[in-house]
Amino acid sequence: MLKAFGYFVELLRGIWITTRHFNVNMWFHTLNLFGIKTKRKGAVTIQYPEQKKDLASRHRSLHRLMKRDDGKPRCVACLLCVTVCPSECIVIEAAEDPDPEIQKYPSTFVIDLNRCCFCGFCVEACPEDALRMDTAKIDLAQTSHDALIFGLDKLLK
Amino acid sequence: MTDLGIVLIKIILALVWFLVLTLYLTWAERKESAVLQDRIGANRASIFGLRLFGLFQPFADAIKMIFKEDFVPAFSRKFLHTLAPFLSFFFVAITISAIPFGDDIRVAGKTISLQIFDADIGLLFVLAMLSLGIYGILLSGWASNNRFALLGSVRGAAQLISYEVALGLSLVGLIMVYPSLRLSDIVRAQGSLLFGFLPAWGVFLQPVGFILFLFAAIAETKRVPFDLPEGESEIIGFFTEYGGLKWGLFMMTDFMEILIVSTLLTTLFFGGWQVPWLGAGGFQFPWGGTWHLAPWLVTVFQVAAFNLKVFFFCWFQILIRWTFPRLRYDQLMDLGWKLLVPLSLLNILGTAIVMSF
Repeated sequence: MLKAFGYFVELLRGIWITTRHFNVNMWFHTLNLFGIKTKRKGAVTIQYPEQKKDLASRHRSLHRLMKRDDGKPRCVACLLCVTVCPSECIVIEAAEDPDPEIQKYPSTFVIDLNRCCFCGFCVEACPEDALRMDTAKIDLAQTSHDALIFGLDKLLK
Repeated sequence: MTDLGIVLIKIILALVWFLVLTLYLTWAERKESAVLQDRIGANRASIFGLRLFGLFQPFADAIKMIFKEDFVPAFSRKFLHTLAPFLSFFFVAITISAIPFGDDIRVAGKTISLQIFDADIGLLFVLAMLSLGIYGILLSGWASNNRFALLGSVRGAAQLISYEVALGLSLVGLIMVYPSLRLSDIVRAQGSLLFGFLPAWGVFLQPVGFILFLFAAIAETKRVPFDLPEGESEIIGFFTEYGGLKWGLFMMTDFMEILIVSTLLTTLFFGGWQVPWLGAGGFQFPWGGTWHLAPWLVTVFQVAAFNLKVFFFCWFQILIRWTFPRLRYDQLMDLGWKLLVPLSLLNILGTAIVMSF
């Protein structure tokens, strides 16, 4: 019987905790409803499509190809990213560049995002800093697989 | 207007009150659980971009459930499988007829009581109908022809029968104090004062009975601290083989039971429609002041007080549901038989001793 009384006290403590949360949060919700700005909010929720949280500076998002000053891609088709890619999702076809300093450029550069695991190894492997993953685009869902195969046109945008 | 017309209007009003509040209890449950867990809760259902804190969510849920396939498994007993949710729904819905919403009102020389069915066995009627709800649970498990559903319904039946004993015994003390089973008499008796200032509510006369009734009644609603019949998160419960609107009926029955338990707690222990110090002519404060009110205003005050108390207990039950973890089955039976039943017997003894002096 005494043990049961101890349980009862613990039940009351539990109710006290949830009631406190309810009252404190309702207080801040009400203040915000009437347009009074408070430092603390009633909920920690971020309403996603309308509000977006800032991404970390090192966050790996959709890839992009960097350009030279004349608008051509920086890539020299060395195939290091193709070699390092664990998902084998990059396909590059090299072509000869008339500039002897550059020698090669990619005539096709395809990243298959259906396979990509966003590990970022390609970015680390690139000796020319031609590939980066800093577009901050994370809502990449599409309704078809074809739409997720990104070629030169989309990557250079 | 004939008496039959008055009764019909009362039935329609009571059912509308009951079902609308049940719908919005689902909304209240979502929002309250969200607020006390630092979340926001369902707020996306909208009509033409108007969200209103997700107040349209119950309608979205209802539309979704109506348009789901009404699936009956090939191996189930079809008639009983269909009958079970309606039985559960019916036995809870009918209890609202015995609840007094307010004092008698006088319209055009007629005295109308704000209660559909003022029986002299009102309290027994409510308890009996709540117990008959077991049939819905047992039938649903049995007719589903699924072992897990059957086990869930057997757990449910065992739990409900055990807590029915404590529920009934915890009210015996109350019946001794207000010597009546008629709910309107119990409410009227709570209008008097103790020591000249304290309203003679059941909670002041029967504090132990109130706590015991609270525990047993929450166990009767089959919600989380006592949700072993359903156990929707991991153990499999009695409505496993139901979908769509029939499952929705079981869910609605749950919320209606919350409302009925709230109205019972209000009626039996918190004075029903009584407002402290409010008589037929207006307020009579214990420190000598008076505030005269028109009769219709008195009725408005009483109905509002009744609703306010019911809302508070709905809120409180949702709070309990989102605070405590589930009991193990042996703990559940221990709590029922080894704690609530002996304590309610002691409560009866104590009440008898106090009343005999």
